[in-house]
Amino acid sequence: MSGPKETPQGASRYGMVIDLDRCNGCGACMVACAVENNVAPAPQRANDRNGITLLRVFPMRNGRDYPESRQVFVPMTCQQCDAPPCESVCPQHAVEFDWTTGIVAQIPVRCLGCRYCMVACPYHARAFNWWDPEWPEGMESTLNPDISTRSRGVAEKCNFCHHRRQVARERAAHEGREVREDEYQPACVEACPVGAIVFGDLNDPDSAVAKVYEAPDAFAFLDKLGTKPKIRYRSRQEWVHAMARQGVPEKEVTRG
Amino acid sequence: MSTASTRGTRRSPLARHLGTLMFLAGLIGALAFGWIVFPPLMYSSTEQPIQFNHKIHMGEAGMACADCHPFRDDGTFAGLPTTAQCAECHEEPIGDSPLEKAFIDEYVRKGREVEWLVYSRQPMNAYFSHVAHVTVGKLTCEECHGDHGATETIPPYQVNRISGYSRAVGGAATAGRALLPTEVMRMDTCSDCHEKHGRRSPCLECHK
Repeated sequence: MSGPKETPQGASRYGMVIDLDRCNGCGACMVACAVENNVAPAPQRANDRNGITLLRVFPMRNGRDYPESRQVFVPMTCQQCDAPPCESVCPQHAVEFDWTTGIVAQIPVRCLGCRYCMVACPYHARAFNWWDPEWPEGMESTLNPDISTRSRGVAEKCNFCHHRRQVARERAAHEGREVREDEYQPACVEACPVGAIVFGDLNDPDSAVAKVYEAPDAFAFLDKLGTKPKIRYRSRQEWVHAMARQGVPEKEVTRG
Repeated sequence: MSTASTRGTRRSPLARHLGTLMFLAGLIGALAFGWIVFPPLMYSSTEQPIQFNHKIHMGEAGMACADCHPFRDDGTFAGLPTTAQCAECHEEPIGDSPLEKAFIDEYVRKGREVEWLVYSRQPMNAYFSHVAHVTVGKLTCEECHGDHGATETIPPYQVNRISGYSRAVGGAATAGRALLPTEVMRMDTCSDCHEKHGRRSPCLECHK
């Protein structure tokens, strides 16, 4: 039994690297995310501001005319900051920085629905449940039993499919071994057809993600804010780096 | 000597303290109602569909908990046995208990599952791993489930009428910190024990 761990340097520190030069914007990650996390189909009256999108892919353009026109697709989800602004503003302690994994946890049953966290998040990575989730008849049987559903009036966000870690740990403990890297991968990583997303433990120098995390073409969005995201992106295009520093001026046009 | 003081000394002690006595009687009555009468009213009680004798299985039959409540190959806990598992021994009556005969007639022959009312069912957002506690943490079953394995009958299923949560069957063993025996299992029950073992857990350790 290990003692209390107060620092982010816990047993694990999960991170992700998304290669924007590989992403073709197919949206498979968004669908996989919604299905995995029991996100109900949006009601007719939902729009791109009040629907539930824990992971959103939106295009980023360089704003130049042909032939200099360029575009990448940016899968944007909770950046799992080491200094999460959403945590400090929450009056309910419904957001917790998990010091054993580095994951920013959202506990929906504690949330009172004030949405401070949504205002505080510079990545617009949080969603609010404006309606009780409703599934078409028969579709309840497709729900994932490893994660709870959320009711109306609470905020939610990506937690790196933490329930998959619980399942993987349980199996590993039963077999008396450590969790293998491929056993715990979020749904978006598995769904990506071009392998643009790499996920793993940053504390493990042999993990696939640790090898590309500090690559010369890797960067974080809105680095200057000091949120220290654990999701980093890669691109060999300089304009993408420049835009990631200043923020994305364009409206997010793709929704799930 | 004034008239008022003469009248005061003539009053009986009972009459003088009547107000205090009535107040105390009311207070004691209210406390008794609140502490003794009311808490059980908070729970609805349902009998299990059929009785089960743990003692005879653990004693005479010499079985262990994990014989009927095993882990699956993927490390998840199988919980309650299916009728098919019971039928491995009870295809035909072994003893002469009328309950056993009723079970075989009603469930084994008809191929029905017993609709047990599970005391330990957790809320949807709670995650609990038996492997983590039994295999890794080396806890015995009794530490949480009390003497459930040594009982001859299974208690009725009691549910809090407001929260919908069931009363902890382990009694004091599970409800540890609870003041009243009628309390359901709470998050404090988990976190107290975690803290005692120096296992300060982040929310996601037990929530999903």
